[in-house]
Amino acid sequence: MDALISQYIDPYYLRILMLIGINIILALGLNLITGVTGQLSMGHAGFMSIGAYTSAIFSMQMGSPFFLSLLAGAMVAAFFGFLIGIPTLRLEGDYLAMVTIGFAEIIRVFFLNFEPGGKAVGLSGIPQNTTFVLVWTLVIIVIILNAKLLNSRIGRAFYAIRENEIAAEASGINSTRLKVLAFTAGSFLASLGGGLYAHYMYFIRPQDFAFMKSIELLNMVVLGGMGSIPGTILGAVILTLLPEMLRIVAEYRMLFYGALLVILMIFRPNGLLGDVRVYDIKKKLQGKKVGLWQSSN
Amino acid sequence: MAVLQLEEITMEFGGLRALDVVDIEVEEQQIFGIIGPNGAGKTTLFNIITGIYLPTGGRVIFKDRLLNKMHAWDVARQGIGRTFQNIRLFNKLSVLDNVRVGSHGVSRSGFFGSILGLPGSRREEKTIMEKAEQLLDLVGLGDKKLEYAENLAYGEQRRLEIARAMALNPSLLLLDEPAAGMNSTEKMGLMDLIWRIRNEMQLTIILVEHDMNLVMNICEQIAVLDYGRKIADGPPEVVKNDERVIQSYLGAEA
Amino acid sequence: MIWQQLLNGLTLGSTYALIALGYTMVYGIIQLINFAHGEIYMIGAFVGLFLVVNTGLNIGVALLGAMAFCMVLGMLVELIAYRPLRGRASRLSGIISAIGVSIFLSTLMVLIAQTNTRRYPDIINIQTFQVGDLQVSSLQIIILVVATLLMVGLQLLVQKTRVGKAMRACSQDLDAAYLMGINVNRIISFTFAIGSALAAAGGVMVGIYYNAVWPYMGTMAGLKAFAAAILGGIGSIPGAMIGGITLGVLEILGVAYLSSSYKDAIAFGILILVLIIRPQGIMGQKITKKV
Repeated sequence: MDALISQYIDPYYLRILMLIGINIILALGLNLITGVTGQLSMGHAGFMSIGAYTSAIFSMQMGSPFFLSLLAGAMVAAFFGFLIGIPTLRLEGDYLAMVTIGFAEIIRVFFLNFEPGGKAVGLSGIPQNTTFVLVWTLVIIVIILNAKLLNSRIGRAFYAIRENEIAAEASGINSTRLKVLAFTAGSFLASLGGGLYAHYMYFIRPQDFAFMKSIELLNMVVLGGMGSIPGTILGAVILTLLPEMLRIVAEYRMLFYGALLVILMIFRPNGLLGDVRVYDIKKKLQGKKVGLWQSSN
Repeated sequence: MAVLQLEEITMEFGGLRALDVVDIEVEEQQIFGIIGPNGAGKTTLFNIITGIYLPTGGRVIFKDRLLNKMHAWDVARQGIGRTFQNIRLFNKLSVLDNVRVGSHGVSRSGFFGSILGLPGSRREEKTIMEKAEQLLDLVGLGDKKLEYAENLAYGEQRRLEIARAMALNPSLLLLDEPAAGMNSTEKMGLMDLIWRIRNEMQLTIILVEHDMNLVMNICEQIAVLDYGRKIADGPPEVVKNDERVIQSYLGAEA
Repeated sequence: MIWQQLLNGLTLGSTYALIALGYTMVYGIIQLINFAHGEIYMIGAFVGLFLVVNTGLNIGVALLGAMAFCMVLGMLVELIAYRPLRGRASRLSGIISAIGVSIFLSTLMVLIAQTNTRRYPDIINIQTFQVGDLQVSSLQIIILVVATLLMVGLQLLVQKTRVGKAMRACSQDLDAAYLMGINVNRIISFTFAIGSALAAAGGVMVGIYYNAVWPYMGTMAGLKAFAAAILGGIGSIPGAMIGGITLGVLEILGVAYLSSSYKDAIAFGILILVLIIRPQGIMGQKITKKV
């Protein structure tokens, strides 16, 4: 299938599309934690790296089939997300942010010293199992599941926690448990993306998952609109395309990201699509519906 | 039968004693008022009942069950709903969603049920939606279902909070200054609403309020707090004429 | 041997304390974690180096120069990136903006100065003394003295002056302070200025001590100093001092007796432990939220 596709699409663009797909999965995971539930996680890349390394090692050292490796990676990261979540999600937002940074740093240092992971040199020779079809199939599945989640009782509870945690608790929402849930689900997606990344790039090292990566992902969610699925997708697309299209050298890219964050917070804290809500569309549709009801009355 | 018993409730914040051995009993389906000058400890009492604060001393007994160590969400699930003194709505959610969230404590769909769209979850969603629409019609916000909560007028926001609290199917409803900021027409509407809620749904209602007119008119029993102590407890006519109550209010004005 | 480690730890810890003070003061007054603070420290180090190398100034003057420069920089950052958000934005926005500034500043420095490590020329005369079993370098003494002077100075400022009183008032209740006629904006700027100056001093001294200045030195040091501030109790000035010194000592001891490759992880491990076991830190008090 992929061979077919690469006949029609230039490999360069194919690569970009792959990266966009992977970033969408990663960003949606972060969106769930930070955008929807309002828990600032600045260590998302840490979970990504757990997924990447775990799945790579499963594939390489245990020769397990791709799906299994991916799943293993995702489960391990989700487990850590759960583990970290329990004690720390009782903390105020600022502290949580620091803990997530700290956690990601500890993971990075761990992998730097991790023999089977190749330490600082990294891991190479990862079988390139990630295909275009696989990535985008997963992207679509993830989007659909996310949409269903956010429209459900649990999704509403997540939003409620972000909006007003005390009122949420007064409505019967166990905020600690749900925050941990959001964290676990988000890390699952992060590590899924990490696994896909590892099996595409063929080579990974701890540097790939440094603080900057967490910031890139945060930028995608913030730019697109926190809590909004289309917003996050848009953010991921823009921030994957932009550096490629503009051929910006890595250092300038970071300068841009930094300034962008500040400017967004001052002028448009809800991002590009954060203020656009399904309600607005519904309202316009409702205008038509009212007419029908009135006639049946 | 007393549905809520507060026994010797004491609350200390650091060196400050916000509540000092307060005893209150609320009968079933009563409309009970708690009044007192600012800082008397009224909202603190609510916070203790709903599990936000752990009292330094005393017991909270609801339907013969000790509530003391419960988290706020467990207390809510016992059937106690509340509104807040400083409105706490989910601003960026729609009016409808605000009320639907209120049902969280009485529904059960979990993570997998939600994302997989299992039939149990779908049925529950329908129930939640119907209830929410019902409640919104009850408080008169039926036509504003899809507005953002933050866009509502102040009085409407207060009514929304009440609708949300009721989505929990509570047997006890705590209203913290529900009339604050309302004009007299709105207050009449509110009194009407409170009566209807109590009568149609057999709820017990506890009200913290500053508007004496409203309180005297609607409450069947009133407790008066001052500096953390209960200084009077009885039906409106008795409380109105109580020496100590008059003193504390006059004292506060002087 | 342990005394040697303690001395080294004390020296390192004092520099952490200087940075931690900036964090704690800003958090105390506007409840913002100033992520960019580590970058101020780094820029201070660069300015100090620049002054010494390019203008042949004596190190003491260079130190003052760096502090002055960073004072202004700190105030600018507050003005541009934080003040517009005050009051109207969520905590999340504040933190994100701070992260933005941090990234911007460190990247800017990379562009200006390249990523290689700069070193001080051999103009500074460092002597080492033998005190019993201890090897004490004159540099360590200077650092300890300067850091102590600065911290004592800060305590005096905060406790004994009018400005200090205003600062304390603002950190207790910003709105009340405003209503009392305190020019809150000015006090906040001032807080940033002082915090930045202290961080700059720390930066210059660390730069000399390790003889290394590079654009990313702020990120790590900043995070560690933040861990120190939390350890001591965020919002508490004595807490930041205690936390900084404790962290420095623990880090050196950890490297000496456990493993040096996990050096950076020690600070974060402590951070996480503190937040889980006793989030208010050593000096902090439990705050009950008003509902």
